[in-house]
Amino acid sequence: MILRTIVFLFALTGPVFAADRILTVGGSVTEIAYALGQGDRLVARDTTSTYPPEAETLPDVGYMRALSPEGVLSLAPDLIIAEDGAGPAETIDVLETARVPIIFVDDDPSADGLMKKITIVGEALDVPAEAAQLAAEVSAELDIARAKVENLSAGSEKKVLFILSTQGGRILASGTGTAASAMIELAGGVNANTGFEGYKPLTEEAVAAMAPDLVLMMDRGGDHGMAVDELLAMPALAGTPAARNRAVVRMDGLFLLGFGPRTAQAVTDLSEALYGS
Amino acid sequence: MAVDAAGSASGTVPIDERRARAWRLHGWLWLFLVLVSAFSLTIGAAGAQVRSALLTWVETGELDAAARIILFDIRMPRLALGLVVGAALAVSGAVMQGLFRNPLADPGLVGVGAGAGLGAIAAIVLGTALPVAFVDATGNYLVPFAAFLGGWATTLLLYRVSTRRGRTSVATMLLAGIALAALTGAVSGILVYMADDRQLRDLTFWGLGSLAGATWSKVYAAGPLIAIAFLAAPFLARGLNGLALGEAAAAHMGVALERLKTGAILIVASATGAAVAVSGGIGFVGIVVPHLLRIAVGPDHRTLLPNAALLGASLLVLADCISRTVIAPAELPIGIVTAVLGAPVFLWILLRSRGVVDL
Repeated sequence: MILRTIVFLFALTGPVFAADRILTVGGSVTEIAYALGQGDRLVARDTTSTYPPEAETLPDVGYMRALSPEGVLSLAPDLIIAEDGAGPAETIDVLETARVPIIFVDDDPSADGLMKKITIVGEALDVPAEAAQLAAEVSAELDIARAKVENLSAGSEKKVLFILSTQGGRILASGTGTAASAMIELAGGVNANTGFEGYKPLTEEAVAAMAPDLVLMMDRGGDHGMAVDELLAMPALAGTPAARNRAVVRMDGLFLLGFGPRTAQAVTDLSEALYGS
Repeated sequence: MAVDAAGSASGTVPIDERRARAWRLHGWLWLFLVLVSAFSLTIGAAGAQVRSALLTWVETGELDAAARIILFDIRMPRLALGLVVGAALAVSGAVMQGLFRNPLADPGLVGVGAGAGLGAIAAIVLGTALPVAFVDATGNYLVPFAAFLGGWATTLLLYRVSTRRGRTSVATMLLAGIALAALTGAVSGILVYMADDRQLRDLTFWGLGSLAGATWSKVYAAGPLIAIAFLAAPFLARGLNGLALGEAAAAHMGVALERLKTGAILIVASATGAAVAVSGGIGFVGIVVPHLLRIAVGPDHRTLLPNAALLGASLLVLADCISRTVIAPAELPIGIVTAVLGAPVFLWILLRSRGVVDL
């Protein structure tokens, strides 16, 4: 009994000296932590953290906006790094009462936002040098992709429509101000749909009128997996240049929209799909 | 007094014996409540951690800080909230079934749920447009407060619509309730369309119901409203018993019908409104709990209402134990747990009473 108590007290006081029981909340934050080589310091992750595969072996504390306070405390984390929007607020209050340090990371879908994210996570993990190096690498990759696009697209930028889902034949598409829209622009394309903000149902005629050159989708879950033929046979899309050229690109959701360290790769892939390599 | 061996066929049991049995059950339910409460304080995602901290406490008298937070700031307010919400839902359900003389009635019929839902959605979606100072001042309580107001406003509107010349028509209320639910659904739809992705996730989780985020302030806010309803409920019991024979018969028995209806609606709006405001949509407790008790000890509202409060409280706390632990360290919204457990029981009750009760 006494032995168990001592072990337990050690388990509680030990981590105070160096944060090595870390909980990361948000797919991009977890990815950055792994990219910085700090994966072995994580004790848990949230549902949105699906990359790298090692992350999926960690305990899952639930969806990032519905965290349970006891669930988080049961893992005895000595540091939480969370994407902005993690919650609910009641859980955050309890965690603050329990004096668990929480660092929130701004989640701005842009190249600058990504650099800032890497810097903050690096500082939180106490590896600023590695973070600076990672940021430089990602930034260089993005620059290469951007340079290529500037040479190739001169005046003839292609229109890209991001479709979130086609559930029941209804097209739910991205407007402006989304991660998808930011990715399209980074890759040198133009967002075909600037009619609204966020992800909303798009009327069929509008799709035809936008005449997108390429349809961009995620490749997981729901009927994102709809066959290309079936997708392009939809009346809304059938007459578009995208359908004529069978230009459909599918990418993993976190890879494409997560704004983590793989963003540069996703931008390169997308711009190659648009303009060739 | 001769009780036949089959026993459970309550129709043949003498009335005194049945009442005695109901009060004996009342005693057992108190015991069950205490056991369930104690159980719920001892389990959770941080189970082993808290247990060993408690053992240390027994030995040395010092309670570890982390364990203290888990016990006093997480589990206890959550237990308290589960008890009052469970009791409120079950009692409201029993009162509604008495008032509408239909075993399937639930508080949703008087528009509480739809109105509260609209209030919550409005707060989640439009909350961001409010002045920052106001949002800061209301903090986590904007959504519960808006939900409570929405529930009350809808119920009072419905009550006004179905009351003419001082007489409330239960049938009109039922139909107007459908119309009003459609209307609140339409407004909610507009708000859902306006919502961004984060708000949509919040809306979905709100609708599933949860005792997560329980705080003492929520207990203090919802508790008194629910307590007032409990104190008033026993005064309705005789009237509801009379009403079981029909409105005309009840009036001949000297039941003050209008006062009974007004009282029942106010009690339900206040108890359910408060419960829904702090916990979102939790289904089936209000239907299944009174049903089980009617099967066990008969439909007398004088014993049904207090027993429903106890059983509802215990079962919701038990459901919450499942919700907190089954996929720990994450948690399952409790509305899913009550639906998964409650719906089959409900179906079983229906099949069992098919041909006996005309629904």
